[in-house]
Parts: sequence; structure tokens; C-alpha cells
Amino acid sequence: MANLTLVQAINLALVQEMERDDRVVVLGEDVGPNGGVFRVTEGLHKRFGGHRVIDTPLAESGIIGTSVGLAMAGLRPIPEIQFEGFLGPAYDQICSHAARMRTRTRGAFTVPLTVRVPVGGGIHAPELHSDSPEAIYAHQPGLKVVMPASPYDAKGLLLSAIRDPDPVIFFEPKRIYRAFREEVPEDEYTIPIGKARMVCEGEELTMVSWGASVVQCMQAIEKSGRSIELIDLRTIYPFDMEMVAASVRKTGRAVVVHEAPKTCGFGAEIASRIMEECFLHLEAPVQRVAGFDTIMPYYKLELEYLPDAERIGLAVDEALAY
Amino acid sequence: MPTKTVFKTEIEYVSILDEHGQYDPKLGDGLVPDEDLIRLYEHMTACRHLDEVAFKLQRSGRMGTYPQNMGQEATSLGAAYALEKTDWMVPCYRENAGLFWRGMPMEMVLLHWMGDERGNAIPRELFCTPLAIPIGTQMLHAAGLAWAAKYRDEKRIACTFFGDGATSEGDFHEAMNFSANLDLPVVFLCQNNFWAISVPGRIQCSAPTLAQRGLAYGMDCIQCDGNDLFAVVKVVREAARRAREENRPTFIEAVTYRLGDHTTADDARRYRDQAEVDLWKARDPLIRLRGFMKEKGLWNDSKEAELQEKAEREVAEAVQRAEGIETPPSTDVFDHTFAELDPQLTLQRATRRTTSIGQSPDAAAPAPAVDGH
Repeated sequence: MANLTLVQAINLALVQEMERDDRVVVLGEDVGPNGGVFRVTEGLHKRFGGHRVIDTPLAESGIIGTSVGLAMAGLRPIPEIQFEGFLGPAYDQICSHAARMRTRTRGAFTVPLTVRVPVGGGIHAPELHSDSPEAIYAHQPGLKVVMPASPYDAKGLLLSAIRDPDPVIFFEPKRIYRAFREEVPEDEYTIPIGKARMVCEGEELTMVSWGASVVQCMQAIEKSGRSIELIDLRTIYPFDMEMVAASVRKTGRAVVVHEAPKTCGFGAEIASRIMEECFLHLEAPVQRVAGFDTIMPYYKLELEYLPDAERIGLAVDEALAY
Repeated sequence: MPTKTVFKTEIEYVSILDEHGQYDPKLGDGLVPDEDLIRLYEHMTACRHLDEVAFKLQRSGRMGTYPQNMGQEATSLGAAYALEKTDWMVPCYRENAGLFWRGMPMEMVLLHWMGDERGNAIPRELFCTPLAIPIGTQMLHAAGLAWAAKYRDEKRIACTFFGDGATSEGDFHEAMNFSANLDLPVVFLCQNNFWAISVPGRIQCSAPTLAQRGLAYGMDCIQCDGNDLFAVVKVVREAARRAREENRPTFIEAVTYRLGDHTTADDARRYRDQAEVDLWKARDPLIRLRGFMKEKGLWNDSKEAELQEKAEREVAEAVQRAEGIETPPSTDVFDHTFAELDPQLTLQRATRRTTSIGQSPDAAAPAPAVDGH
């Protein structure tokens, strides 16, 4: 057992899975000797060599498109896209090919690929380094979308993603890459895709979040002094409606928190599903605390944009006022 | 300082059997044994016949949109012939001749264009990827497939097929760049048929050849007569050798022509002159090969009549088989989204509904599952 940051936990998962399975290769921009711009792949090149940890030309569509071919041939590629803002050029390869291959070939070809992508704001980065596009990929049938909020989960979820027979977009919330440490077992363990984590139990209200926002939720809950149940979704698609519904049926109130813009954010899906499945249990409208429907601001104003404990607290008050 | 030339090159054009029937024995002899030549010609003929039948099927409402292969058979087939049977073929959607040579059942291709995904369920042992509908994206898959083969030291290469229009796509350039810089065993085979639907080649490329696009990536590149089966076999064989032995990619521009419309939804008379089409009809790869075989004493009119009959039969049987395949159960819409369906998909599959099923006070249990149909 070691006390690790989220970056270190992901690195450990990569090392262990590469040791275990020689079909696993890591590719992308700067993932080689440099160890990635966030140092997530640090030491891998030295340990596994240039044939398994490959610095590619600087082209996102090329990274994902070749990964699709590698995966179709039976390897387990783990491409890294340096920032979520640069997923755009790879959108076609992800959505037109990786996501569709199993269906359009009726299972003759599959794409077991894990796209690692640092995501979200709060690190004072330049433009297009702070967005939260998870709902875009959750909307594409054939993709799984995962976003851990803790080092322990990051390791277990990444192992599940790599071993999954279908393509997974693995979003890594960069704001908490090194924000805190957690005990992470050396031993192998996996966390199933599609299962949420009950962060804390409560009676008065259900809070649902994922990624770095989970930290803000915890702060808000502590400040509020109310009995609030916090669910870290961990997987955006498929998401654990069972846990969310059981909680909302108990509490009668829900607040969903995410960094992405409100309109068509994944909170909209969760709110709808709560309405469909818990209608008679609801005491208040489902509240959404989200990024605004604007372009993510440059970093001087990024904290104005991102949900914080204060905004989450207001939503809690509104939900409880009914 | 005086300026100096730091790079200079030229593009070679390979022609062995030209449109006038002129044959270069120095280049051509020994390339294709006579018995193979006959079989290749038979494949071309069957492929041509399928085009005609498919066109009629579409017009009579028995098949959806279909892209004819007419005129480009020599490129596709010559390449497939020059490859090992275990090399990847990564086609776009005008490679019938090559795919049939590889062993793809004709009814699978028909099934695909009849709107049934099972036409893409290609047996792994054929080493063919499914037809790619977006333009130019499949070349990156070829690079990845070749990369995996190299990683496993399989001596398997990948040959990817695409048109002149695809060379304008970003993915084409990324695939070329990845393959050259990462030393991947790929053959890039461009079928320059001069027209991307209605847009002529000059709008895709201002350089005198498409072949020279390979130079920018530091890879070998060559142009050949794409309607000359011998020339295609020769250049693809050399490119495949270079890929297999040296892990070096090659870019081949095969100059050919799409004799038909882009697809059955297109009318090429709107944008190109009949005179141009007539010129290329005279360069038809089938006419050329037939003439050569007759001259060599390998072919005659009675064999031709026999072959036409055989091709007709073969295509008719394939159509019958394809049309005889029953529409899959509607659960098939769901069943291949993931290896294992998640709860939401399972519910949608079972109920064919997306509403808040069974949540009203009067219906506490989910609606009962319905059958496949």
C-alpha cells in the first residue's frame, strides 16, 4: 500500500497492466522519454522500451486512427490525447470508427481501446486546456466514458477500461492530478465500469457529481451542516442509475454538479432519469449546478465559471426550501 | 552564399500493356503465369457483370445505393493478386474485384449494399476490413494494422485503397506521415479515377502527379497505368516487398477511370463530357487484357461466351443467396453496441420503449419483454 496522487495511481496501473499483458501499448505526443506533459507515463519508456511506449507525430486523428487499427488487430492500445481541447481532431475516428466498429461488423471487428484524456479546468492553463466534453462522448452510442475522482478509483477504473472489450474514453480530472493523496494498494484490483461510489451517506438530499467537482461537493456538504448523500458517478456512460434512484427515493431531493456547460450537460440526462424513475418521491425540482452556457473563460475568470462550494450550497438551500 | 539544390527527384510511370495492346516483355514476362491470368480475367468479368446486375437491382428497388466499380477492376485486382493472402486489405468502397480475389463471398458485398450490417461481418481469415464510407479515414487503420503486425513480428503488411479525393483529407496525410516516420509496412494505393463525385482532380491537387505527395513524407512513390493489370501487379509487388522486408511504406498512384457514375444516386452526365468517357472506354482494362490473351492464344470467342454465361450464373446465384437471407430480428439493433449491454440498453431492447416504463403508480413493474420480431 502506498500513499499516491491520482497521477501516480494511473502510472502504477499502466505499469502493472503493461507487465501483465504485452498487448498493451501506450502512444501519443510526448508520452515517451518525456513521460507525458503531466508525467503520467513517466518511466514507462525506460521500462518497456520504444516499441511499447511510442512518441507519435503530432496529430490527434492519427493517434486515434492508428489506435483503431492496432485494436482491430487485437492489441490493447492506450493513446493519450494531451488535453481534452484537442480531442476535436480525433472526433471522427472516435465516433465514426471506434464507437461503431462492433455494430457495423456485427462483432467481426472490435476496438478495445482506452483513450486517456486530461479533462477540466482549474489549473490556470491556456485556452482549450480546461473544457469538459464528457457529455459529447456519452451521447455517442458504442462508447464508454469514465472519469475517476480519486487515486484509488483511478487505478481500479483504468484497469477495467484497458481490459474492456469496447472503446473507453478515460477522462482524468487534471485539477486533482496532484491535489491529494490516498492509499492505493499495490495489489491488483478493478472497479467495474458503470458502478458509482457512495462518498458519504445522508438523509435530506442526494448530490450527484463526478471528476474534480466531487471535491467541491464535499466542501459544500461540510459547510452546509446538512445530512447529504454524495454519489461520485465514476462512470458517465453507462451510469449507475440504480444507486442514484435508490438514494433519491430515500431523500426526495437531488442536486447534480458538473463543470461542463448546463445545457445538454450530462446533468440533464441524470435529471431526466430521476424524473422518470423517482417522480413520486421528489419533493423538489432537481437542481443543476454546472458550468455556464458560455465558452470556458481564460484562467483569470475560471473560478467564476466552475461550480464551487458556495454555488453548490445555494442549490442545496433551494432544493431544501421546497 | 550561392543557393544550392538540396532535393531533387522524379516520378516514374510504369506501363507494361498499354491501351494499344503494346506489351513490354522485359517488364511483363514472368509477372503473372498464364493460368493465373485467365483466372484474373474471369474475376474481372464476374465483377463487371455484378456491376450491371447491381445497377438493375437498385433501379428496380431491390437494393439501395450502390457504387459501380466499372473501369477500375485492374487496379483493385492487380493489387490483391500481388499481396499475400494474409496481408491486410483495407479498402474504401470500390474494391469488389480485389475483395473477390481474396475470397470475399459476393453475397456479402451485396448484403452490405442491401442495408444489412452482416455484409460487413468479414471472416477474420480473409484479412479484409469492412468497406469504409467516410473518405480517407481507413488509411490510418491500415497504418495501425500494419503496426500491430510489425509489433508482433508477423511479416504481414497492410495495403489500403482510396481515391484521388481522399488525398485531400487530413487523415490521408496523417496516415502517410505516421507510416513513414514510424517505419510501418503499408502500401498506399491511390486509385486516381479523376473524379470525386463531380469534383475534378485539379481541385484536389495542383501538382502534376498525385504520386509526388509521397515525396513530402520521405517515402517511395510511383505512378502506374491503373488499367494495366501487369503494371499494377509489378508496382504493388515491389511495394509489398519493401514493406515486408524493410518496413517502409510506398505511395502508388494508379491512373484509372470511373466508367460509371459515382453511385446509383449520381448522374455523371451532369459534370463530365461524353468524349472523355469514350476515351476511357477504349482504355477499358477488360478489353485490353482480353486482347492480350487472344493474341497469346489463351483466349477465344467460345471461351468468352462460356465465361459470360458462367459470370451471369455466378452473379445470379449470389443475388439469390443475398436476397434469401432473412431480415435479422429487431433485437439485432441493440445486440452489438457493446460486448455486454448495460441496464439501459437491456431495458430498451426488452421493451422497445424509451419512456418512463412502469414508474406510474398503476404500473409498478416494468412492461413485459417483447420478442425479437
